[in-house]
Amino acid sequence: MSISGIIIAVCVVGGTGLVFGILLAVASFVFAVKTDERVEKITAVLPGANCGSCGYAGCGAFAEAVAGERAPVNGCTVGKAKVAAEIADIMGVKDAGDVEEVVARVMCGGDRASALYKYEYSGILDCKAASKIAGGAKKCMSGCLGLGSCSAACPFDAISIVNGVAVVDSDKCQACGKCVGVCPKALIRLVPKKSKVWVLCSNPEQGKFVNQYCKKGCIGCKICEKACPFDAIHVVDNHAIIDYAKCKSCGLCAKKCPRGVIHNDRQPAQKQENVQEEQV
Amino acid sequence: MAIQIVSIILSALLTENFVMVKFLGICPFLGVSKKVETAVGMGMAVTFVMALASAFTWIVNRFLLIPFDLLYLQTIVFILIIAGLVQFVEMFMKKSMPSLYSALGIYLPLITTNCAVLGVTLLNVQNYPDSFIYSLLYGIFAALGFTLAIVLMAGIRENLDEDAVPESFRGFPIALITAGLMAIAFMGFSGFSI
Repeated sequence: MSISGIIIAVCVVGGTGLVFGILLAVASFVFAVKTDERVEKITAVLPGANCGSCGYAGCGAFAEAVAGERAPVNGCTVGKAKVAAEIADIMGVKDAGDVEEVVARVMCGGDRASALYKYEYSGILDCKAASKIAGGAKKCMSGCLGLGSCSAACPFDAISIVNGVAVVDSDKCQACGKCVGVCPKALIRLVPKKSKVWVLCSNPEQGKFVNQYCKKGCIGCKICEKACPFDAIHVVDNHAIIDYAKCKSCGLCAKKCPRGVIHNDRQPAQKQENVQEEQV
Repeated sequence: MAIQIVSIILSALLTENFVMVKFLGICPFLGVSKKVETAVGMGMAVTFVMALASAFTWIVNRFLLIPFDLLYLQTIVFILIIAGLVQFVEMFMKKSMPSLYSALGIYLPLITTNCAVLGVTLLNVQNYPDSFIYSLLYGIFAALGFTLAIVLMAGIRENLDEDAVPESFRGFPIALITAGLMAIAFMGFSGFSI
């Protein structure tokens, strides 16, 4: 090979590279993207669990929405008031507003001791798979299947299966709502954290049937309705449902329920305090 | 002429499908086939790069490399062109389709080293050194064949997410098995010729 061959090769490759380099330089000028530095700051403040409870695809998407003023600064339910205040600081908003704390609650209390089983399930440990076989192993068609799809979905390790029923640890729960979507029986709901009373049943069948297969099933007797001084609990579809806008967590319904379906999570000491407050 | 064009289109799309028959471009095929939406985006990006790369490389090959007798520089010049085009697509997407840009992630710059793109340009100068139109057609339809394969795969994988796959098969094992079964299906086209 002669020296001119090398020079030609260098010119061809170099020329092609130069042409593309110039084109890319022009393109980078035309397609320049302005990045908002607040997005990175907000992302750094957020919990980073990418749980999606704010309604956006992840913490990054939420941060972008906040910086673009499409989402409220207190939209992160996991980060609560502390994160809301920090984001408000970054965004230059004075008042972060209140974040209503919610928590996931399982609306079933039919554990192995109280609910009857149709068959013994020994397939793969997934609630969706189990629910396809005659609606699950429990005779109750709306009972917790107890295979732990919700606890597997929980990024905060807040759900455990106790004696065949999922139980949420209110302290660990960050209310991301991932468990709500995976439960094939739709038993998990996000309710206000300050209310300490909830119904452990969501069976829509009549009381006489519920009585046959679950000792802890709601039979729709309406004693709780009469006991409630705030008109906050009603029997709808044959089971009691609490209206948390009205409920003051007094716990009277839980005390009166003949089947122990309504759970009262309050410590006895706290209970007296709160009752006194309500009387005032 | 017409028959030749139909033959190029059919072979690029089905009988010589880049992913399923030639085993080129497997990396994004497995990496970006979790959702149909991103798979379509990836397919469109690859189609754009492959069509432009086919055109540019043919011109460079015909008017620079052949006259100066520099065919030994084919690979390096082609990679230079492809890298430039991918960089351009990346800038364009970051500006106009940020959600798709972040969904494609690392696989977007990886189009640079996608063997399907370099493969199509090298096959073009081998098979159609004299016809710009045929090169361009082959580039476009080979890319559409890639898009077809990746979108089909993404559709199947979306449905697989809903199913109770045995635990040891979840994720990539079942994806690879699916790809193998799809390759068997595409073998059904191998006998056709026009």
